[in-house]
Amino acid sequence: MSLDNKTAAVEMRNITKRFGPVLANDRVWLDIYRGEILALLGENGSGKTTLMNMLSGIYFPDEGSISIDGKEVVIRSPKDAFDLGIGMIHQHFKLVDVLTAAENIVLGLDGKLDLKAASKKIREICDAYGFEVDPDQKIYDMSVSQKQTVEIVKVLYRGADILILDEPTAVLTPQETDRLFAVLRNMRDAGKAIVIITHKMHEVESLSDRVAILRHGQFIGDMPTRKTNAQEMTNMMVGHAVKLNIDRPEPVNPKKRIEVRDLTVRSIDGILKLDNVSFDAFSGEILGIAGISGCGQKELLEAIAGLQPVEGGSITYIEDDGSREELIGKDPLSIAEMGVSLSFVPEDRLGMGLVGNMDLADNMMLRSFRKGHSLFTDRRTPKELAEAVVQDLEVSTPGISTPVRRLSGGNVQKVLVGREISSAPTVLLTAYAVRGLDINSSYTIYDLINKQKAEGVAVIYVGEDLDVLLELADRILVLCGGKVSGIVPGCGASKRDVGLMMTKLGGKLDE
Amino acid sequence: MFDFVSFIPRAIMQGIPLLYGSTGETLTEKSGNLNLGIPGIMYVGAISGVMGAFFYETRVGAANMKGFLAVAIPLCCCLLGSFLMGLLYCFLTVSLRANQNVTGLALTTFGVGFGNFFGGSLIKLSGSSVPAIVLSGTSSYFRKTLPVSGSTGWFGKVFLSYGFLAYLAVLIALVAAFILKRTRVGLHLRAVGESPNTADAAGINVSRYKYVATCAGSMIAGLGGLYYIMDYTSGIWSSDAFGDRGWLAIALVIFTVWRPNVGVLASFLFGGLYILHMYIPSGMNLAIKELYKMAPYVVTIVVLVLSSMRNRRENQPPASLGLPYFREER
Repeated sequence: MSLDNKTAAVEMRNITKRFGPVLANDRVWLDIYRGEILALLGENGSGKTTLMNMLSGIYFPDEGSISIDGKEVVIRSPKDAFDLGIGMIHQHFKLVDVLTAAENIVLGLDGKLDLKAASKKIREICDAYGFEVDPDQKIYDMSVSQKQTVEIVKVLYRGADILILDEPTAVLTPQETDRLFAVLRNMRDAGKAIVIITHKMHEVESLSDRVAILRHGQFIGDMPTRKTNAQEMTNMMVGHAVKLNIDRPEPVNPKKRIEVRDLTVRSIDGILKLDNVSFDAFSGEILGIAGISGCGQKELLEAIAGLQPVEGGSITYIEDDGSREELIGKDPLSIAEMGVSLSFVPEDRLGMGLVGNMDLADNMMLRSFRKGHSLFTDRRTPKELAEAVVQDLEVSTPGISTPVRRLSGGNVQKVLVGREISSAPTVLLTAYAVRGLDINSSYTIYDLINKQKAEGVAVIYVGEDLDVLLELADRILVLCGGKVSGIVPGCGASKRDVGLMMTKLGGKLDE
Repeated sequence: MFDFVSFIPRAIMQGIPLLYGSTGETLTEKSGNLNLGIPGIMYVGAISGVMGAFFYETRVGAANMKGFLAVAIPLCCCLLGSFLMGLLYCFLTVSLRANQNVTGLALTTFGVGFGNFFGGSLIKLSGSSVPAIVLSGTSSYFRKTLPVSGSTGWFGKVFLSYGFLAYLAVLIALVAAFILKRTRVGLHLRAVGESPNTADAAGINVSRYKYVATCAGSMIAGLGGLYYIMDYTSGIWSSDAFGDRGWLAIALVIFTVWRPNVGVLASFLFGGLYILHMYIPSGMNLAIKELYKMAPYVVTIVVLVLSSMRNRRENQPPASLGLPYFREER
């Protein structure tokens, strides 16, 4: 495909955007073409989302110009963007939960409200691209991938032919991702311009035609995907050479540390979240947990940490000398004192573990404020710890007295994981530790986790990226609807098999 | 035997100010603004109307008043006064993103004080011997009923014995319900209250919706104050007479799970509960009466408990209620 004889659908020139003292985009040039899928790459906080938000009218650039089909335009609001045929599917879905799919799709349009006609048009769009959307279904009844479909239909309904997708696969299963990519290729072939922001290199390689790379808010370069590779792209993103394989050292002297038997947990609404789950976790080993989101991963970790009431079964902690202690019935504090550490990264990143309005040092203190016997808290140790975490994990922050919520997502995660690891746990529970993290930070986190493993910590790692899980974990426990679908060794397991086990108990096809 | 024919009209008349207040507050809350200034705004609406009526009535004399002006002047004054309160609230909470609870409570304190202050001034001006302003001339126009209402027995008494503002309240509530449920404006307004981010990304002008809904809601609530003075008390203003009805109106919003059409009957129910103590034979024991006065609040608490137990998503308050919105907030 030759790009030279095409006019760009979108030309962004010298785009600069500041948030207070932070320079989010610095004189960025970017061209987007029709009939092409462009992957926009960059580390967390490199300004990808900001740049695209300016195209979709959420932000307004401080400097620079945007041209659509060669004509300079001013995009002051999302409405302007729609009128120009630009539609963005945001990382955090922009949907109103209590409204139906159809109501969400027509939101913001003019004219008389005719949901019947809208539903008809929605069905036509669905038929054309192979979506499945029930226009009358409420959003809160939908799965993540259904919601995403609604988002895409919403954009198409408005007649957008320039589509921007911000980390669309972060919450999808491998099968759902494949389906999405098929749709995107369809749309590209129909002549639409598509921009996709993602951190997953194998997605970039399999889907995109061209990649553009941002680093620290600056445009580094673009090139056809087939002329580059993951290593080169990563190096451009990071600015120096990065090693792109995850080590999996053999577990050293594994001892049984946690024994879970017949664990059953119900949610407050009485829904069975975990059903007779049994497994062992060993010291010096990483136990990966795979499953579609909401299949009981959260409940499992919380039950071990003592945060979740348990209906039946047992969780036993086994010390080095073989003495056993039952964890169920203990309060979270005493479980934490035994060395079981929970670093949970929920979907909104700040929901559990960190307090958004408190600064880095104070967040470190959340773990240590009970220590010491004087009336006053010790502020110096957490401060030093915060400085160490910032240094070691390369957290990009103006300083340790910045409120955590001001940091970009990846940096928030580094702070959380850094703090949990610093407490020298014997069991480390992590969930989605790299969700939304760029590739370089992800590898920093993997290294950290491997370091913990080498020190004899029993790591339980809930992950969503199967490729990583297969590379990192020694054994993988697959959950499906709250039941154990199977436990497979990480070495030698195939992605397809694990994917099938996630959707179906045992993972066998009914062929 | 419980006297329903005299109880129901009293309950309805008691309920009408609550209906105005709750319809106004529902519209406001649907835009994500929790306006706790409603009680104050109803005071301002009432006193603004009273001022307009007072100057018109003293200027031309009760005998020479024109029907149209006697109604239009207080009405416009009332709408203007409550509109300005709504505008102030919006400016503080939407444009300056001040805390909604604090702003609302401040407006209530301000509104009640504003009402009592100017009420007191008018009483001084009128040189009245009792601490009250009597606007019986204006009130007689507000209380005009259909000529047939007296001759149709219990039917007339229950359905036709009210001034036009009572019917207007029901009409506004039904129209508001229709707008919220069936029109594009309503859909957009609900989206703004549920998720301003989403609404903004969909190209809806969030600030404009918040301003319009809140100001319109304030004006509707202000009419409740006007109705209370001009119709319910027959044109007599005295300090603090309006009492805590504004808070009851806010409770009613929760009771009706943010549905103005439900509010019509619910407000009559609340009105009935409010005056129940006068109709319950309790003999000399006044303590019992005080217990009955608690009825509307107890019912609201019970409803809150029940509705949170049922936990249906449609019956929850707008998701972003009380939160300021700023597009570029990170």
